[in-house]
Amino acid sequence: MDPFVQHTGKVAALDRVNVDTDQIIPKQFLKRIERTGYGPFAFFDWRYFEDGATPNPDFELNDPRYDGASILVTGRNFGCGSSREHAAWALKEYGFLAIIAPSFADIFANNAVENGMLTIVLPPADVATLTERAQTVEDYRLTVDLANTTVKDDNGFAASFGVDPTVQHRLLNGLDAVGLTLQQEEAIADFEARRPGWLQSS
Amino acid sequence: MAGKTLFEKLWESHVVHEEPGGPALLYVDLHLVHEVTSAQAFEGLRLAGRTVRRPALTVATVDHNVPTADRGAPIADDISRRQIETMEQNAAEFGLTFYGYRSPNQGIVHVIGPELGYTQPGKVIVCGDSHTSTHGAFGAFALGIGTSEVEHVLATQCLIQKKPKTMEVRVDGALPQGVTAKDIILGIIGRIGVDGGVGYVIEYTGEAIRALSMEGRMTVCNMSIEGGARAGMIAPDEKTFAYLKGRRYAPQGSAWAAAVANWRTLTTDADATYDRVVTIDAAALEPHVTWGTNPGQVAPVSGSVPRPADMDTADEQAATERALAYMGLEGGTPIQDIPIERVFLGSCTNARMEDLRAAADIARGRRVHANVRAMVVPGSTMLKQQAEAEGLHEVFQAAGFEWRDAGCSMCLGMNPDILAPGERCASTSNRNFEGRQGKGGRTHLVSPQMAAAAAIAGRFVDVRDW
Ligand code: SF4
Repeated sequence: MDPFVQHTGKVAALDRVNVDTDQIIPKQFLKRIERTGYGPFAFFDWRYFEDGATPNPDFELNDPRYDGASILVTGRNFGCGSSREHAAWALKEYGFLAIIAPSFADIFANNAVENGMLTIVLPPADVATLTERAQTVEDYRLTVDLANTTVKDDNGFAASFGVDPTVQHRLLNGLDAVGLTLQQEEAIADFEARRPGWLQSS
Repeated sequence: MAGKTLFEKLWESHVVHEEPGGPALLYVDLHLVHEVTSAQAFEGLRLAGRTVRRPALTVATVDHNVPTADRGAPIADDISRRQIETMEQNAAEFGLTFYGYRSPNQGIVHVIGPELGYTQPGKVIVCGDSHTSTHGAFGAFALGIGTSEVEHVLATQCLIQKKPKTMEVRVDGALPQGVTAKDIILGIIGRIGVDGGVGYVIEYTGEAIRALSMEGRMTVCNMSIEGGARAGMIAPDEKTFAYLKGRRYAPQGSAWAAAVANWRTLTTDADATYDRVVTIDAAALEPHVTWGTNPGQVAPVSGSVPRPADMDTADEQAATERALAYMGLEGGTPIQDIPIERVFLGSCTNARMEDLRAAADIARGRRVHANVRAMVVPGSTMLKQQAEAEGLHEVFQAAGFEWRDAGCSMCLGMNPDILAPGERCASTSNRNFEGRQGKGGRTHLVSPQMAAAAAIAGRFVDVRDW
């Protein structure tokens, strides 16, 4: 996993609540058995007209002002619904490194971390400010600093966010969760020795 | 010392390791695997030269992609076939129990887990699938995970988890005739919202929950995720034990008594407290029908589609407007004036015996409306056979329903069972998201009884009047 320390990038706003993972990556693209190749299909049914090729200008992220954006600001409960990690893969490939919202669905937030993508929870009023600036200020940029847990722009916006220290450590250092857990081999083996007999096989 | 909730007991008994202030490492007792969310996890193991730590605690099947007609024939869709074959190869390579496409035990992963007795009280159960919450009906802590976490569980048999908060949803009183477990959960989500449960594990309690069969409890827990909850659970009781006794992978012989003795301790202590409590009066519930594009956009069958102006916040007004446009509905339309063209009776929410029997009771001696195409997709191959032994397939077929093979089918339309753009469907599944059942398709979530009645009437009707 790539480490995430600090990032400055253009901000795109998707001002919708409860964006579900069926929209982020529709099911017809879940048949692949690879981890890559999902970026072109992110938000497919919103992004393109019926023909699946012509961009729909009504979809916020198709606005040319957001070309090259790497930070997404969106509404509450982002990533709800299906557990498909393909949603995180698609967003990352689309170009997003950080997502800011008033809340995230639990499974999506975990999937994002597993892919080195930062989900930042800010109060609704702050998210509203960032949304408005992204929509009105040309080439609006934010700096996300994970070591100091801050989000800042050049126009006086500054907020700090909460992050689980373990998650922070993992992201800052790009650590693989499996590798970390395997260091607990002794504790796992101890636990297994204590499990009751009827649980020893499924 | 204050008492503990059911969830807290389960959590504490599964912590393998915990750093102060950090998430816990939890032991996983049962890992269910299906074809859509696992291929990349197995590939990750291979690349890192790792193995599956406890193949005996891992069970795999295929459900999402499988065609529900002509099981004897090869799978026509090349990519679906490749995904199903990949699951089969991975199961063989890593030594996992696998119920394949033509296995008599194949079925939706959340249907076969309980049916075969793998799902048991007190277990931590995970699957790369959000509806893993279903298994909480047995008093398990069961949660959906992403593919990277699937890989983590395969390699370590553990899951890294931050301890969720607890919420009690108490459903007091008795359900009126014609009102079902599905209506309880739709009513709850309508009340708390699709993000009301984010960060929480819900424990369902109260007289109406205790009165539910295991099937009904699974329906309720299944949709916990639609309220945003990490998991849903119900304390095990005599019904739970009776359901499990004698099932193939339930504890047998002397282990059964030891297990039941342990399971009886899995209740919330009288002096325990939850972080949040919601109470619902079962007697006031009606059959529910969703009108929008998430399960919280729901109305009682006697009600109407809301108008955007009825909503409290600008966010909700915009979301309602968008949902009505997508659904092709006008605010103010009575629910019972909405005509339908398709009916889907299936999914891990509502395709078990009790659901099929209830729908068959409505269909018996009646005919599916001329404008409607209706299909029944049992949740598992075993269940399909059981229903056929009871003659239910004849009841459905005589009424004009298609009787199909087991799988997820039109719950998410990864196989050929999909809605055409603009088609409107009464569905017993759990998600009415845009395009869920086919691009441009319009899904209304209902109970099996309501779906069967809608199939016959060609529009939504109040099943309490039938
Ligand atoms: S039936 Fe639907 S909700 Fe259930 S596992 Fe299959 S796709 Fe998911």
